[in-house]
Amino acid sequence: MSVQTREAPPRKRRPAAAPRAAGPQPGEGRRADKATLPYLLLLPALALTAVFLGYPLVTNGMLSFQNLNMTQLIQHVTEWNGFANYTDTLSNEEFWRVTLRSVIFTAVNVVVIIVVGTLIGLLLARLGPRMRLLLSVALVLAWAMPIIAATTVYQWLFAQRFGVVNWVLAELGFESMADYNWTGTQLSTFFVISLLLVWTSVPFVAINLYAATTTIAKELYEAAALDGAGAWQSFKCVTLPFLKPFLLVATFLEIIWIFKAFPHVFAINEGGPNRLTETLPVYAFVEGVGGQHYGTGAAISVLTILILLALMAYYLRIVLRQEDADETENDGEMA
Amino acid sequence: MRRSLLGRIWPNATALVLFVGFAFPVYWMFNTAFKPNGQIISETPVWFPTSPTLDHFETAVEAENFWTLVRNSVTVTVLAVGFSLVVALFAAFALARMRFRGRKGIVLTFMVAQMAPWEVMVIAIYMIVRDADMLNSLVPLTLFYTVMVLPLTIITLRGYVAAVPKDLEESAMVDGCTRLQAFRRVIFPLLAPGLMATSLFGFITAWNEFPLVLILNKDDQAQTLPLWLSKFQTAFGDDWGATMAAASLFAIPILLLFLYLQRKAVAGLTSGAVKG
Repeated sequence: MSVQTREAPPRKRRPAAAPRAAGPQPGEGRRADKATLPYLLLLPALALTAVFLGYPLVTNGMLSFQNLNMTQLIQHVTEWNGFANYTDTLSNEEFWRVTLRSVIFTAVNVVVIIVVGTLIGLLLARLGPRMRLLLSVALVLAWAMPIIAATTVYQWLFAQRFGVVNWVLAELGFESMADYNWTGTQLSTFFVISLLLVWTSVPFVAINLYAATTTIAKELYEAAALDGAGAWQSFKCVTLPFLKPFLLVATFLEIIWIFKAFPHVFAINEGGPNRLTETLPVYAFVEGVGGQHYGTGAAISVLTILILLALMAYYLRIVLRQEDADETENDGEMA
Repeated sequence: MRRSLLGRIWPNATALVLFVGFAFPVYWMFNTAFKPNGQIISETPVWFPTSPTLDHFETAVEAENFWTLVRNSVTVTVLAVGFSLVVALFAAFALARMRFRGRKGIVLTFMVAQMAPWEVMVIAIYMIVRDADMLNSLVPLTLFYTVMVLPLTIITLRGYVAAVPKDLEESAMVDGCTRLQAFRRVIFPLLAPGLMATSLFGFITAWNEFPLVLILNKDDQAQTLPLWLSKFQTAFGDDWGATMAAASLFAIPILLLFLYLQRKAVAGLTSGAVKG
């Protein structure tokens, strides 16, 4: 219960209401109110985030400096061991291989998702209303499919015996594929995982990109055509600038989602064969929970978070610049 | 002439191919769920369930504790989404409409919080929940799911709030509304589609969540449907009919909700973009 009481904000709310009641001059009270109001509105969100995300993060950081295996876990003992978990992990060749693999895996999938998603989004804009509805329904189905259900279905589609993919390939003339074991090699397992990720992620990009194209004023294209712009030029000069902010956000979100994709990678083949398809989150889970080296697992997860932050640094800089621009814009409005 | 005909055909042909590609896995799930075993395990695939059966669904539903798990999943998902929407609405309003010191840092905090890799923090979360003596309870699950969906909810809602013209709010206040009244009467109705669209993301996240409940709630009575589905697969091995029936049952609520809310979601996003 202690967890619950901590997130309740009402206690801190009272002092803020006080100035209004106590303030003799209404104008003064309102000004004080105005200054604290945004913080009050943000308090519940910040408190919840601090308790249920910040605290586990700190705990995770502390665990990463402990020798914590099954024995210590059961006996509730804390054994500090300094940087041992980190030096072990960082001097482990396996860790670096997994890191490189995760980065390549993320890069390939994000590029495919953004390119294919953009092309499908532009296609949606070109289609007639009936065809557009048809394709949208298919996209929404793929988008909405719950992850665990989707991984189950993909395992069935790619099943070695009676799987429909192998049957189709064999019918198309690839006789050797009739009994192909998709989870047998690193590359084929990654192919299935990537296909699953692309299938579930493309609809988000495609549908939102289509929605963004509908906001572009027709006059702009007419003006471009009058100026003698061809199809490619009007795409480059009219469509693309409009879509750029969305594409930037989408790329950012996809990088996060793909890099930390856990159920997709884990459920298809549990990181196999021979742990060759483990990405960083799976590696942390397998080492930590599976191998019961909780301290090491925590250290790997801290390193994963740091890599994620490094990957995001560029985007966060853009966000900050955007915020600055918004603020100056607001100032201009008010002046 | 020939060119324009070709120009008309290729987008439609591509769309048709894409339609099949995206819809097929979902179709195949339902198709397998309704087929008798003889048609599932056959050398040539049976494309349409010619003699549909509900046997597999019976097997799936008769699994132990099924209805308890349904109740658990619904409770946790609805509460988490509800909490996060309320909390996020306050925060989104402050971030979109007010100027104050530290605003940028807070936006950044939520941006970073959004990419928290919860899957790798399960050990720490387990320790915290165990020390609070709350294992096998739905309360910590609900709270963690709330925070899991909170950052993106705030960021998305902020866009929707910003899309509501400021003039509307200001004129309402000129007409004598307080800020709260202006919010309730003018902004909130305009935000409804945005709230619905945003809730979709939360529903999907909470309904799907797997690693946390796997570690926290070992008790059969306290689990949720994703665990049931993953166990189903291992317990029934190659019974693809029953597994697909279970997957269908798990997917149907989200698919229906999504198809229902999708139009609103895209409409909301469009209006959000207009502000540009």
